[in-house]
Amino acid sequence: MTTCTTPILEVRHLHVRLPGTSDRTYAAQDISLTVAPKEIVCIVGESGSGKSVTAGAVMGLLPPGVLTLESGQILLEGRDITHSTRGQLRALRGDRMAMIFQEPMTALNPLMRVGDQIAEVFEFHQPSLNAAQVAERVLALLVDVKLPSPQTLRSAFPHQLSGGQRQRVMIAMALAMKPALIIADEPTTALDVTSQAQVLRLLDELRDKHDNGVLFITHDFDVVAEIADRVIVMQHGRIVESGSAAEVLRNPQQPYTKKLLAAVPRGDFGARPQDGATDTVLSVKDLRVRYETASFFASRRRVVNALGGVTLSLARGETLGIVGESGSGKTTLGRCLAHMAAPTSGQILLDGIDVTHLNRSQWRAHCKRVQMIFQDPYRSFNPRMKIGTSLAEGPMNYGESREAVQARMLRMLALVQLDASALDRFPHEFSGGQRQRLSIARALMMEPEVLIADEAVSALDVSVQAQILDLLEEIRERLGLSIVFITHDLRVAARLCHRIAVMQQGVVVELGTARQVFEHPSATYTRELLAAIPGKKAHAEALEAVA
Amino acid sequence: MTMTVALSPPPRSRLRAAARVVLHDRVMLWSLLLLLLLIAVSVFAPLLTAHDPAILSPRDRLKGVSAAHWLGTDSLGRDLFARIIYGGRLSITLAVLVSVSSVIVGLLFGLVAGFFRRLDAPIMRLMDGIMAIPGLLLAIAMVALGGAQISTMVLAIAIPEVPRIARLVRSVVLSVREEPYVEASFGMGSSTLRVLVWHILPSTINPLVVQATFVCAAAILTEAVLGFLGLGFPPEVPSLGSIIAEGRPYFQRAPWIILFPGTFLALLILAINMFGDALRDRLDPRLARKGRN
Repeated sequence: MTTCTTPILEVRHLHVRLPGTSDRTYAAQDISLTVAPKEIVCIVGESGSGKSVTAGAVMGLLPPGVLTLESGQILLEGRDITHSTRGQLRALRGDRMAMIFQEPMTALNPLMRVGDQIAEVFEFHQPSLNAAQVAERVLALLVDVKLPSPQTLRSAFPHQLSGGQRQRVMIAMALAMKPALIIADEPTTALDVTSQAQVLRLLDELRDKHDNGVLFITHDFDVVAEIADRVIVMQHGRIVESGSAAEVLRNPQQPYTKKLLAAVPRGDFGARPQDGATDTVLSVKDLRVRYETASFFASRRRVVNALGGVTLSLARGETLGIVGESGSGKTTLGRCLAHMAAPTSGQILLDGIDVTHLNRSQWRAHCKRVQMIFQDPYRSFNPRMKIGTSLAEGPMNYGESREAVQARMLRMLALVQLDASALDRFPHEFSGGQRQRLSIARALMMEPEVLIADEAVSALDVSVQAQILDLLEEIRERLGLSIVFITHDLRVAARLCHRIAVMQQGVVVELGTARQVFEHPSATYTRELLAAIPGKKAHAEALEAVA
Repeated sequence: MTMTVALSPPPRSRLRAAARVVLHDRVMLWSLLLLLLLIAVSVFAPLLTAHDPAILSPRDRLKGVSAAHWLGTDSLGRDLFARIIYGGRLSITLAVLVSVSSVIVGLLFGLVAGFFRRLDAPIMRLMDGIMAIPGLLLAIAMVALGGAQISTMVLAIAIPEVPRIARLVRSVVLSVREEPYVEASFGMGSSTLRVLVWHILPSTINPLVVQATFVCAAAILTEAVLGFLGLGFPPEVPSLGSIIAEGRPYFQRAPWIILFPGTFLALLILAINMFGDALRDRLDPRLARKGRN
């Protein structure tokens, strides 16, 4: 880190007020922070902690009329920009400070070639450049962000690039005018773990070349460990703890920080061994799913092999993790198991019975035994129905009596640690974690033997994520369930699963116990995935400390 | 550990919530009041006037506004006020019948087309075919063939409205069908019918209510046009269109014969359309955020 010259960004006692009806007065309260040149400062917090609001206030991008900057000062390179006009801020944005967003697909214009989008920055901030100079600069930037064959990629449209490549284009745009400050709002959250590792490395390298400071917003402590020089932990709109990354991560002072750090899944293998006989409850043999894109012309049709011959088995009482990046076919596999997608060929055996090609009414006899938990807790309940109605729906389909269903609903709510009053409420009255508990309760109402959890904790904050994982483990033990746990996150899989299957492009490239996969990976791809997990240094240290 | 669920205020009754919305939305309030007034005048027509709209009295022809004849008389001495409110009665009855029947048929087609992939193309092509027929022309042809009975009129005006409603319902069904809660319901062994009725049908109601108001307005206008062209009901049945048509030759001597039914018609359509617009702002989630607030 450089010695303290004038900081690039200094925020003093910032207060951002929420509209009158909210549950707290300030979205961000008494926020003070500095970012020095070449420094990466991470703001960490769970959803609703005010981290994005802080970034928005610096950029002057608070939604007018909703959030108001009440008091405090924001200094950019020593210049007070707290009360700058919109015009002044517009001139600064992109020039002296730039922002990188979470979802690069929506932040880029889908109808414009990426090279032209970068060139647009120059047109606005440096109109004196001629076309050739602009083209040259654009190319240099694409080289800087390490896009492969920049000459051809500059004329690509955003949808033709991968998520990681799009995020690099965003970074190139942000760097165009050599800004002093880059604000990155969860820039790697939507990316696969290998692209995330590359983007993080890129940000780390570029600050040396471009002398910029980075204000990096994230919810992931492992990302912090990977990249941060200093850390600011936020909760409920306040700064809870701040200090150098090493200090905060190794020696957290505040209970909230300790709690968050403890919740981070860290290569600890949490699955308690299953006992007794282990007969196979569910198995798939050489399962294949092929999609053909529809087109009038045969030559234009593309064939996508979503699953290219998967053979797996799930023992009773076992948790099997299916890990892979986007496009690996893990979700397709889960949907086939739950009979929501039809395989092209292969077999699905439930207790030795072939259930592959049952139609919907034949499947009804079996669907009680395999239940699914969905990723998005906000869309998996009918918003117009009370929770009680949603929970009762399944058993009522099988003609169970109202009293039996009512009694079981209360039992299941107790099992997922929710109050019985939940039955009379609508889904929107619950938080994400509570809804995921309700999802589990709904699945359990069917008294299934197999639960399929498709990214069931991905949309949740770490501390909530840890609670749900513990809950799943407890329920598995108590009810003797088998779980197929689909996730993109090896750390989460390690914590919950007995065995892990790593998938890539529709095939299983590695299958073994969680410990084997982590400690002695055999496939190259698994090694890549493991190497890409952020914060490895911290993990290694944590493991050493235990040993 | 028991989770404490954040307690929101107890849910108010739907009626009271609706009343609150109406009282706070000025456009909705005024359009609703106007609409209710016009409907009340038409419904209570026999109580409001002692005149029979069909009785001729040649002595009183083309009289202006007076205490005996509130809005004057027409060329055959019939009381104009009575004719307008009886005409309004007919228009509103017809509008309600048309919108109910077209909504029911369109809803069925839309649900089936949106939910069953195989039936989608055939049904929607049929709808496209119906849409290709000019509505007014179809109405003229059907009334000419089937005579001016209320059932023929309803059918003639409702048929061209069906494809528009089917399309609307289909688009809602297509998006709701992909929601995880619909998949979850299938996963719990629900039958197709149950999913359709429980999870999908309720989401179509809001846009349908809005669309129904516009169908009402269109039906009233079409009926008036048919009446004006002399293709509507027989002359002794008062209809806003035929009143205007009959007043046309006397426009310079007795402009009120056209002016009053014209105003009534315009106010009725205006009230319905404004109410529909305000409803859409409230009920359609895509437009609700953009408009006001």
